[in-house]
Amino acid sequence: MPRETAYEHSIDHVQVLSPDGSVDSELAPDLSEDDLLEMYWTMKRSRRLDERAIALQRRGELGTYAPAVGQEAAQVASAHALADEDWMVTSFRETPAYLARGTPPRMLLWYAMGMEEGSATTRESRTMPPSIPVGSQALHGAGLGWAQEIAGEDAASLVYFGDGATSEGDVYEAANLAGVFDAHTVFLCQNNHYAISVPRAQQTRAETLAQKALAAGIEGVQVDGNDALGTYAVVRDALASARDGDPVFVEALTYRRSLHTTSDDPSVYRHEEEEQEWETRDPIARFETYLRDRELLDDDRISDVEASIEDDLRGEIEAANEGREAVDAEEMFDYAFETPIPELERQRAEFRDAVSGGDGDGR
Amino acid sequence: MADRQRLVEAVRNTLLEEMARDDSVVVYGQDVGRNGGVFRATQGLLDEYPNRVYDAPVAEAGIVGLGVGLGTYGFTPVPEIEFSGFMHQAFHQLQQHVARLRSRTRGEMNCPMTIRAPYGGGIRALEHHSESFEAGYAHTPGLKVVVPSTPADAKGLLASSIRDPDPVVFFEPTRLYRAFRGEVPEGDYTVSLGEADVVQAGDDVTVVAWGAMRHRALDAAENVDASVELIDPRSIVPFDTETVLASVRKTGRCVVVHEAPKTGGMAAEITARINDRALYYLEAPVQRVTGYDVPYPLFAREDEYVPDEDRIRRGIERALSD
Ligand SMILES: Cc1ncc(C[n+]2csc(CCOP(=O)(O)OP(=O)(O)O)c2C)c(N)n1
Repeated sequence: MPRETAYEHSIDHVQVLSPDGSVDSELAPDLSEDDLLEMYWTMKRSRRLDERAIALQRRGELGTYAPAVGQEAAQVASAHALADEDWMVTSFRETPAYLARGTPPRMLLWYAMGMEEGSATTRESRTMPPSIPVGSQALHGAGLGWAQEIAGEDAASLVYFGDGATSEGDVYEAANLAGVFDAHTVFLCQNNHYAISVPRAQQTRAETLAQKALAAGIEGVQVDGNDALGTYAVVRDALASARDGDPVFVEALTYRRSLHTTSDDPSVYRHEEEEQEWETRDPIARFETYLRDRELLDDDRISDVEASIEDDLRGEIEAANEGREAVDAEEMFDYAFETPIPELERQRAEFRDAVSGGDGDGR
Repeated sequence: MADRQRLVEAVRNTLLEEMARDDSVVVYGQDVGRNGGVFRATQGLLDEYPNRVYDAPVAEAGIVGLGVGLGTYGFTPVPEIEFSGFMHQAFHQLQQHVARLRSRTRGEMNCPMTIRAPYGGGIRALEHHSESFEAGYAHTPGLKVVVPSTPADAKGLLASSIRDPDPVVFFEPTRLYRAFRGEVPEGDYTVSLGEADVVQAGDDVTVVAWGAMRHRALDAAENVDASVELIDPRSIVPFDTETVLASVRKTGRCVVVHEAPKTGGMAAEITARINDRALYYLEAPVQRVTGYDVPYPLFAREDEYVPDEDRIRRGIERALSD
């Protein structure tokens, strides 16, 4: 008996705004000038916040920080496609996405200052706190998307993770479960080419990460993640599909142009030529060229944008520092349970005693 | 002959020595190859042994589960889990397979793997990077659990762990990786698992502490007006109960210190063993100085969470007061 093809599929790659600034007008999303400028502002603001955060970390004012330099389009454009009712579920490198969602920089700084205040996102904001264990949050995105299906809500969930995360079982389970339960979920894999030191090619033998969707029976698509217009268009469509119960897995091809985190040294594992090559594909520069061509930006407007960002960040950093001064360690006892349990209250008393230098009974 | 090394260097040199001694040893894990490990504990290994050192994808269950296959086949897997907080992702493999392969096969098969993982707090790390879960592994029969606190012990215990035919979870205290240099014996040097180190002899009170807490306990002991016997068990499983009991029978008082939360922590188990076999020697209740029963806080609050010298000193004073 001859072998027959049991299943066939291919993965589309989408690009709307090419590195030289030309635009595929058929695919170009219909975004207002305000939308375009807001995306630009957020991307620039994120880049600047990353720079400031790295400097603060070097001065010992922040702990480990994961910059998103180079990934601004992938995140800002995708988050810009979210409606207020949609949920956003993130990993640990999502500064641009949080800013696009309206999270104030002071919260991101608090988190990097080692304060839980920074991860205290609210249910009303439909934004989850950052997830540090790689890929674990994909299941939460699938769960939220499933909840939206059960509740019959016309909304979706967007979950962010990296290329490395696709090696974790949780990410596969999430895609598969989302498919089974018609979850309203869009999985956004930012393929930034490295999981700390391990290059994408050593993460999987699969040619694309988008094809990981196929085994789960959901749609997979690849987009140029340094192209803000293309990413916006693809994620907008994916969210529309997800709202109808058809989850989508989007692979945004991008590049982590800076450090993995402030404790990382990329020169150990990657070459400068590669870094320089990606510099020429920078997402903000490309978008800026496009906006200049459309006469939405010129040198003066760019300086205005930069000045307003400096102003804003100065205030946010000040507010973050004030918050840090006010940290009360005893609050760690407040949130383990809604209603205090006796053993913990006893430990709280012991803690108070220890802080005040008493001898504590410790039993 | 001895050489002064940091704990992380002792780990690295021991890995090199064990790989030279036994060509079945295979080292793998996230970023262990080209990058030499995020703490540089495997730096240079890949150059030395290109066919026995591998960078692995971000997949802890896979890393530990592969070790069952490698170990059963006849290799000696020495995987690194980047941070022990992410060993939970592999806990099912440990609990369901690694720990019980020998029992399930009536001794026909075993899993001689040594899983290395940084553990504990004190380096202002991110969420899930600072917890100590040694009691959870101790609660999994079939696993050995080892925690070195000095560069010399790191060498001796790691060599013993790698040579051990049973699976060992080897926790390296992150706070101590680069904290100081210590003498490390040259050449073939092992420390038996299950043999405590009596760090300092004393008559009035016994203090049991491991990992970074051993050093804090030593500092605290200097500031109490009593003769403190400090015991570092060095391995949690097997635990050197006899040495602790002998000490408590001598001093009549005991304090156990650990970073992990109090409820269900190892201090509770050690206290129970003392109650079982040395209760009538006790002149005061055994004191526990531990982390609190709350999720390990981010670093702005961690100094208040982890027992400090002051809390340990006051624990010792309580033990002495009754
Ligand atoms: C479960 C788990 N394992 C290991 C780590 C340590 N770690 C932090 S980031 C990272 C690489 C993640 O790579 P990727 O998913 O591509 O995301 P990126 O960092 O590139 O944004 C690793 C291994 C972790 N945080 N969680």
